[in-house]
Amino acid sequence: MTTLETAAQPEYLRRIAIDPLSRVEGHGKVTLLVDRDHRVRQARLHIVEFRGFEKFIQGRPYWEVPVVVQRLCGICPVSHNLAASKAVDQLVGAREITPTAEKIRRLMHYGQTLQSHAVHFFHLASPDFLFDFDDPAAHRNVGGVMADFPDIARQGVRLRKYGQEVIRVTAGKRVHGSGNVPGGVNKALTLQERNYLLADLDLMIQWGRNILKLIKQAYALNPGYFTHFATIRSNYLSLVRADGALDLYHGGLRARNDQGEILFDHLDYRRYAQVLREQVKPWSYMKFPFIHSLGPDRGWYRVGPLARVNNCDFIPTPLAEEERKEFMALGEGQPVHLTLAYHWARMIELLHAAEAIQELLLDPDIFGDELVVRGETAREGVGVIEAPRGTLFHHYRINEDGLVEKANLIVSTTNNNQAMNESIRQVAARYLDGKELTEPLLNQIEVAVRAYDPCLSCATHALGQMPLIVELVEEESGAVVDSLVRDADGVAQDAH
Amino acid sequence: MSEPKVKIATCSLAGCFGCHMSLLDLDERLFDLAERVELDRSPLTDIKELSDCDLGLIEGGVCNAENVHVLMEFRARCKILVAIGACALNGGVPAMRNQFDLKDCLEESYLRGIGLVNPQIPNDPEIPLLLDQVHPLHEVVKIDYFLPGCPPSADAIWTFVNQLLSDQPLALPYTQIHYD
Ligand code: SF4
Repeated sequence: MTTLETAAQPEYLRRIAIDPLSRVEGHGKVTLLVDRDHRVRQARLHIVEFRGFEKFIQGRPYWEVPVVVQRLCGICPVSHNLAASKAVDQLVGAREITPTAEKIRRLMHYGQTLQSHAVHFFHLASPDFLFDFDDPAAHRNVGGVMADFPDIARQGVRLRKYGQEVIRVTAGKRVHGSGNVPGGVNKALTLQERNYLLADLDLMIQWGRNILKLIKQAYALNPGYFTHFATIRSNYLSLVRADGALDLYHGGLRARNDQGEILFDHLDYRRYAQVLREQVKPWSYMKFPFIHSLGPDRGWYRVGPLARVNNCDFIPTPLAEEERKEFMALGEGQPVHLTLAYHWARMIELLHAAEAIQELLLDPDIFGDELVVRGETAREGVGVIEAPRGTLFHHYRINEDGLVEKANLIVSTTNNNQAMNESIRQVAARYLDGKELTEPLLNQIEVAVRAYDPCLSCATHALGQMPLIVELVEEESGAVVDSLVRDADGVAQDAH
Repeated sequence: MSEPKVKIATCSLAGCFGCHMSLLDLDERLFDLAERVELDRSPLTDIKELSDCDLGLIEGGVCNAENVHVLMEFRARCKILVAIGACALNGGVPAMRNQFDLKDCLEESYLRGIGLVNPQIPNDPEIPLLLDQVHPLHEVVKIDYFLPGCPPSADAIWTFVNQLLSDQPLALPYTQIHYD
């Protein structure tokens, strides 16, 4: 762990805030404390919103949970809805849902992954790839991409639209649908719907391959930047299928250390509390999870596309598997630790999602009429899924009236909390140290945070908003010399 | 391109970003929109300082001191201010905490959670103070229009923005008015 988490004498330092982080999904801020020689002494990513879900869901009937919980996050509502539904399945005794229900849910989930990865890459992160980092702030956004790279922008819009349409067809509505019910789903596909979705799919797969080309070109142009920017060594956690394949919907927990050695494997996710702990720190509403056996200092880990691609033994669709092999060569036998490689891994998954949707659409089970099963009810359920941003845990306990008694969530972004903090400290030390603060330099911090595609709106489920603030503090007097602020929806301002 | 572009700012307060996602659900119509409007401060841009705008769209209710500050700034800077979605209109899901004591909510998450180490309530000065209740926007500032839905569909947003930009009377077909 780097030492920049807490400065020795913060009162003598200048505070810089990047407030709010923009082009990330949700609410957060970064603060740096800098001395008079512009050396960074402390760097922190704060999540400053709180919702209180674990409390206000208490006393609600269990069947409301999947409907309410997706409204914690409009970017990956399907993930929350599915993780909660998987927990609720256990409450209603649906040990195994029907093949039709599972495949409809998978379709929904891969559609979600496709749209979420497309939004992140095209609408939020692509300006970092396509423009120089000192590009004016007013241009460095999706509007600039639409103006300068209309073809790329159109592909992004269409890819996202396609994923959203898969969700609409399976869940009934593009955002906050209601297709999942306790023990299954409430609707299968019709032939017309299937044919409608098949029509554009080859094109989507083609575009998925094109973006990977784009990313590899960006990498080849600037391997040094890619390799070192915000890169940290870490452990990795994700679900894997029983045969070790990448599986975003279901599996057992696998963790590897930074050498790639297995820490635990195929662990029943209902036992997550045996291997994970969460630390609370006074300066963030987002908790800091770690692997219990390694302790908080060495046990933090990364989740999400990079972790999943590093962790799995293979990807079960051919084009994405080819891409995975090429990608893993970067690690030379070890996991790939490059933080910017998150973007690359994310696009491998986008391609995989498109291929997986194709397989599912050609499977006759999606027209089935056995939608729901029930069984012996239970009082406790844990649902875990690989959301676009990483492993997502939902855990509920109900009383004999079926009302929620206890809820515990670990959202994907929370798993990456320590890692994001480590990455911004690395960037602060490497790129900001000893320099005057400028907006493009601060943007570098955001580029690091953005690589993780943090969903800060998820992370605040517990309570609530993330601005980015950087202040410079005079070493002796503690007076604020300079500061940059950007609030919860992305406005940078000199805070004088 | 002769007409000056309409300036729009958007913002997510205590919302889930679903209303912003619905805006992106305009799909190809986004290109059409980009011809006519310029985005000022918004989660989609890196502009962090709000300038004078023609139209402000706000998602989410008000749950902390920071939200109040941002909302007031939007009111001061935007000629027309619109509350988008259930959370902005009536507090939405985050307002479910209003029936509980705030202290209780914080303790549930940070003291009584499963597998916690160093349980404590985060209290650093960097963290904006929470309000004891989540409020809809119109309890804090004057709101000119309300667009219901959770989220309002892309079609509803499209109809609304088009009618507004072309000075037509506002009238949404009933298929575009829904509350879920
Ligand atoms: S109204 Fe619905 S979609 Fe919009 S922010 Fe609130 S919960 Fe999200």
